[in-house]
Amino acid sequence: MKAKLDGVLTGVHYMDGDQAACEGALAAGCRYIAGYPITPSTETVERFAQRIPCVGGIFMQMEDEIASSIAIQGAVWGGAKAMTVTSGPGFSLMMEHIGYAIMTETPCVFVDVQRGGPSTGLPTMPSQSDLMQARWGSHGDYDLIALCPNSPQECFDLMICAFNFSERFRIPVMFMMDECIGHMTEKVVIPHPDDIEITPRRYTAKRPQDYLLYGPCDDLVPEMPEIGKGYHFHITGLTHDERGYPDMTVDAQHRLIHRLIHKIKNYKNGIVMVEADDLDNAEVVVLSFGITSRIADRAIIDAKNSGIKTGKIRLKTIWPFPDELVKNVSQKARAIVVPEINAGQIVREVERAATDRCRIISVPHYGGGVHRVETIYDAIIEGAKVE
Amino acid sequence: MTKEIRISGFGGQGVILTAYIIGKAASLYDGKESSLIQSFGPEARGSSCSAQLIISDEKILYPYIAGTDILVAMSQSALAKFFSEVKKDGVVIYENELVDAKNISTLGIPATRLSEEEFGKSFYSNVIMVGYITAVTGIIKLGSAEEAVRTSVPSHTVENNLKALETGYNFAKNHA
Repeated sequence: MKAKLDGVLTGVHYMDGDQAACEGALAAGCRYIAGYPITPSTETVERFAQRIPCVGGIFMQMEDEIASSIAIQGAVWGGAKAMTVTSGPGFSLMMEHIGYAIMTETPCVFVDVQRGGPSTGLPTMPSQSDLMQARWGSHGDYDLIALCPNSPQECFDLMICAFNFSERFRIPVMFMMDECIGHMTEKVVIPHPDDIEITPRRYTAKRPQDYLLYGPCDDLVPEMPEIGKGYHFHITGLTHDERGYPDMTVDAQHRLIHRLIHKIKNYKNGIVMVEADDLDNAEVVVLSFGITSRIADRAIIDAKNSGIKTGKIRLKTIWPFPDELVKNVSQKARAIVVPEINAGQIVREVERAATDRCRIISVPHYGGGVHRVETIYDAIIEGAKVE
Repeated sequence: MTKEIRISGFGGQGVILTAYIIGKAASLYDGKESSLIQSFGPEARGSSCSAQLIISDEKILYPYIAGTDILVAMSQSALAKFFSEVKKDGVVIYENELVDAKNISTLGIPATRLSEEEFGKSFYSNVIMVGYITAVTGIIKLGSAEEAVRTSVPSHTVENNLKALETGYNFAKNHA
C-alpha cells in the first residue's frame, strides 16, 4: 500500500538526521511515540510532538524509558504503528521490553541515537558502541533486524524500511543512528506518498472462532487480530502455545523459539542491505557503517589514488549480518579493514564470517568523535602488504 | 570547490540559525552540497556556541571541518578559540563592536548595533550577519539567501528578517 498523504512532508528540506528520522516514521504511518527525551535523540520526539497534532496521533512523554518501551507495545496492539526514541542509557533500560516485543511478536521500532558510553558517557558526542547490545541486550535467544543510516536522507529512507520490516516480520526493529548523523543537517528529499511503499499490518481475515493468535502463516509469521472486531486474545511474555496461553514445556519452548529465529533467518537475503563497490579485484576491503562509512569512503578514494585496489562494503543492516558476502570477500581479498566507533564489535562478526581466510584489521575508536581519514588509510596500506 | 566555514559566538546570538540559513541556501537553492554540524556541549544562552558548515560542489564525506576557510566570530572568546583553525588564505568575519580583530581582518560589521538601530532590538543581528557574509564571500547567491531566510524564520518575522539581510548586504557594499 501507499503512504497516507497527511503524514508525508513531500518536498526538499534541509534538516538533521533526528528530524528526518521523525519524518520517515510519520511517512511510514507511525502515529504514536512514547519517550523520555534524551540527548542526542531529542530532536526526533520534539519534531514528532510538533507535527502530530496536525497529522493526528499521540506523543506521550513518559516517566522513563522502561515505561516508554512498553507503552508503545500497548499502542501497537491497540492498532497504532509506534516507536520509541532514546540513546545509550535509555536503551539499556529498554532491554527487557525489547524481549517482550520479540516474544509477543509486536511490530514496533526502537531508535537509538548512539552516544559515548558506558553509563551517561558522552551525551553530545558520537559512538557506535550499542550494536552488540542491540543484538544481544535482551535475555534469551532471538533474531532481530537493526538498521544503520549514514546520512539524514537515509534516516528518512531507512526508517520507512524499519517500519516495513517490523510489520512484515512482526518484530521490534532497532534503528541504530549515531550522534553525528543525528545532529548533521543536510538536504533531505521526501517523495510523494504514491512513491512510498508501506507494508500494512498483517491483520487476519479469519473469523474470531477460527483464529489462533500465534498460528503462523507459511512464512512463520502469525497474523494479528484487529482490536474491537470481536477477537479475544491473551498476550504474554511467557512461553506460549498458538492460542497465546502459557505452555511451560520443552516442546512449546522449542517450537516457539525455533519459529521466532527462523522467521528472520529464512528470509535473511531479503533483509540484508549493503552498499558494495569494487569487491571483485580488491586487495583490501573496508567494511563500515553509519558515519564511519563516510570517513571510510574518503580513505578508500585516497587509497585508490595510491594505487591500492580497495573495495567497500557499507552495512545498512547491521543485523542480520551479511555472513555470505564477508565469507566470499575473505576468499579473494588480502585483508578486510573494519573501522568502527567502538572498541571492536562488528569486527568480531567479520572474523567469524571470514574465519582465517584473510587478515582482519580492526580500527577501533572509543567515541567522542570520528576516525581521522589517515587512520583508516593507514590500515588499508597495512592490509595491502604481502605477509 | 569546497569551503569550510565556522560560525561561532554566544548561545542566543542565533549562531546555529546563521549557519542553517547559509547551508540551506547553498544546498536547496544554489544546487550545491552542504553539511552542517552544530557543536553541542552543555551550552545554554550566553556561553560559547559554534556551527561547522561545509559547502561543496562534490558529495561531502568527512563531516567536520579540517581547516577554516571562513571564520565568523560573533564573540571575542569565539575568535580566541577558533582563530588557530583558519587556513592561510582563510578570511575572518567579525562583529566589530563585540570583537576586537582589527589586526587580523578588515571584514567587521556592527551587526548588533545595526539591528538595534533598525529594529529596536538585537534580535536580527544574525541575519544581518548572513547578509554581510553573502556580500563579502559570495559563498551563496543573494536570491538563495533570501529564499532560505523566508523558509527558515517564523512567518511573522519574515519581513524584518529580509530587511535585516538587506542591511547586512548593503553594509558590505557601502564599506567595500
